[in-house]
Amino acid sequence: MAVRVVEDWLNACSGCEISILNIGDPLLDILPLLEFRHMTALVDHKFFGQLGDKTAMEIPEADVAIVSGGVRNAEMKHELEEIRKKAGVLIALGSCAVYGGVPAQANMWKTEEVFDKVFRHCASTEPHADPKDPNVPPWTPTCMALDEVVKVDIAIPGCPPHPDWIVEALTAVLEGKGSWSLPERSVCDTCPVIREKKSVGGPVKRWLTNLEFNPEEGLDKMRCINEQGFLCMGPVTLAGCAGKTGVPRCIQARTPCRGCFGPIRKGANPMVDMMGALTSVGLDAKSLLDRRAMMNRYIGGHGMLRPLPARPAR
Amino acid sequence: MAKVINIQPVTRIEGHAKVSVFLDDAGNVQDTRFYVQTLRGFEKFCEGRPAEEMPRIVVHICGICPWAHHLASSKATDALFGVTPPPAAVKLRRLMQNIAYISDKILHFFFLAAPDFVIGPDADYSVRNVVGIVNAAPDIAKQVVHYRHLGAKILENFAGRAIHPTFSVPGGVSKPMTEAERQDMLPKVKELLEFSKFVMKFAKENVFPKYLDAIQKLGVIKVGYLGTVGPDGSLDFYDGKLRLMQPDGAYEDFAYDQYLDYLGEHVEDWSYQKFPYAKKWGGFALDPANPQGVYRTNTLARINVADKMKTPLAQAELEEFRKSFGRPAHQTLLYHYARLIELLQAAEEAVMLLEDPEITSRDIRVPLSPREARGVGCVEAPRGSLIHDYTMDKDGLITSVNLIVGTTHNNAAINLSVNQAAKEVIKGGAYDQGILNKVEMAIRAYDP
Repeated sequence: MAVRVVEDWLNACSGCEISILNIGDPLLDILPLLEFRHMTALVDHKFFGQLGDKTAMEIPEADVAIVSGGVRNAEMKHELEEIRKKAGVLIALGSCAVYGGVPAQANMWKTEEVFDKVFRHCASTEPHADPKDPNVPPWTPTCMALDEVVKVDIAIPGCPPHPDWIVEALTAVLEGKGSWSLPERSVCDTCPVIREKKSVGGPVKRWLTNLEFNPEEGLDKMRCINEQGFLCMGPVTLAGCAGKTGVPRCIQARTPCRGCFGPIRKGANPMVDMMGALTSVGLDAKSLLDRRAMMNRYIGGHGMLRPLPARPAR
Repeated sequence: MAKVINIQPVTRIEGHAKVSVFLDDAGNVQDTRFYVQTLRGFEKFCEGRPAEEMPRIVVHICGICPWAHHLASSKATDALFGVTPPPAAVKLRRLMQNIAYISDKILHFFFLAAPDFVIGPDADYSVRNVVGIVNAAPDIAKQVVHYRHLGAKILENFAGRAIHPTFSVPGGVSKPMTEAERQDMLPKVKELLEFSKFVMKFAKENVFPKYLDAIQKLGVIKVGYLGTVGPDGSLDFYDGKLRLMQPDGAYEDFAYDQYLDYLGEHVEDWSYQKFPYAKKWGGFALDPANPQGVYRTNTLARINVADKMKTPLAQAELEEFRKSFGRPAHQTLLYHYARLIELLQAAEEAVMLLEDPEITSRDIRVPLSPREARGVGCVEAPRGSLIHDYTMDKDGLITSVNLIVGTTHNNAAINLSVNQAAKEVIKGGAYDQGILNKVEMAIRAYDP
């Protein structure tokens, strides 16, 4: 019998769902094993009845629920709570669901400041009061990871998560296992660049010039990005972005890591650890621009990002 | 008795939307609304970020079309720093955009839209989806899954990431293309071109003819159009000037950085999504009987505003299309047909770019220095003209952001099409799940 699946995106971008499709050809072998009882992206099941006449949200019973995106408004929170009630195993898919993700950068401001900008201070917008209607759910005070609202059984981080891990976690569930997690390794542990444990020194360079490398040669002939003087979050970021066998994806593009898989261990503080890593190769870590937002780009839920107290009047 | 039908969520689209259909005492449609229920606040939380980080932050707006945001942002930051990327960098950006377009078009046509056409609009919802297509047409499904993924793999192999790329940077791109990479990519892109030709033929023979009646009726509205054309008036996905066409076909062209003179955004209390409108057409009104200022973007809009396509096979298809439907064509379901004409152009242009020897040049990025400036970047995203407008301070930090993204332009038009479609199919209180799905088909055409 097929496994009953409920899938939905909350405060998300659809990238996680595209990553599911990026399983590629093997997808056709997996599909018959799954019965999608709700999936906004692909299946026409409705929350309020197929004729739109029910008053309470109906989430089907499911063996496994897969939820991408964080929680940003009252309706998402309600939906997630309903999904939790109906699901055997709940999978948080992607860094928004696991840590809040990029949209949790908004946690650096109060809700009213964000709305004031969006509806009254955008260049092309006619200033207007914030939308207020039963059909536009009010924001929750912060953008949250799923486990700030309900119990999560399996977390697949990544922005996006690699299809290899989606398949592996799903396979674990199909085999009746209630848990799965990525091994605790850093991006550097899977990165082939040359490391000499020292850099040119001085301030951290901005991303205004490209790395030094010979394009005809592999990454194993390129010097470590931190040692070239730029910020790369590899030392404090969980490995896995390129799946089971590949080398880290941003490094493949000859660009630095920005931490999209989140911290290596639960509870780690990447900002502190990264400042240490920069210092250890001789860079002036304090020179790094915009470091709070930069180092918490994907992990602003769980109270990691908050509005700063108002500055005292000068 | 008066009644409200709530279709929620709208499915096989991206994001969170809901439709309400308000029936009067006789069971006829009195009013409708298409609500967008989410807001993330990118325009606020990009403030304070280093400008060079923008192309890799804004990709997270959309996981289906991250390349469009990546490139619009790269162009906006090029303008902030006051630089012109080297020709090879522009060619590599265009190449990536075209390949991303190919996967996107295949995704929308087969995974999101096709269940309505291949399985049928009235089929039970439990089979009216991509799994239903896998069962009904396994050979085609196999190819569709394979070739959509091939596009993603090509992007990944070269640029590291297909979703949320980092490859394009202010002033150029992060790495050149080697001759070996070019030779590896070319035959794969040629395969995508062959598949694109097959898709066009398949749709013209097996899909469109069956729905000619629906095309003439469902969601049809007569409004304006917006899209990008190159110097010779041909449709260009990456660069050119914006062309704003009135419902009767008269048009005006303008440079990206002049957009505030032509486009405004209205806000309604009942949707987080704003309502862009053409400022010079006498204000904004969402009245189905007499809409004001409403224009559309995305595929049908682009092929309406363009004088011609950029590549030969796509041009032949456009000529055939115009013979049947004229210019501008207003039938909403023709978005699907236009999508496949664009699929051909994207595949043809990708091959042309890879056959250009300049694409392997090592000159791929110019140096940058922070300065006070405003920069506007625009590309054609799969879902419409995508405008990124940034201001940067002397330290190179972002101080202000304004975005108008593809589907937002279509917000008013989608509302009007939903209204038209609902009135067309719901009469005297009679409706079922198939009929309600037809209302959603008018939305899906826009691929929101």
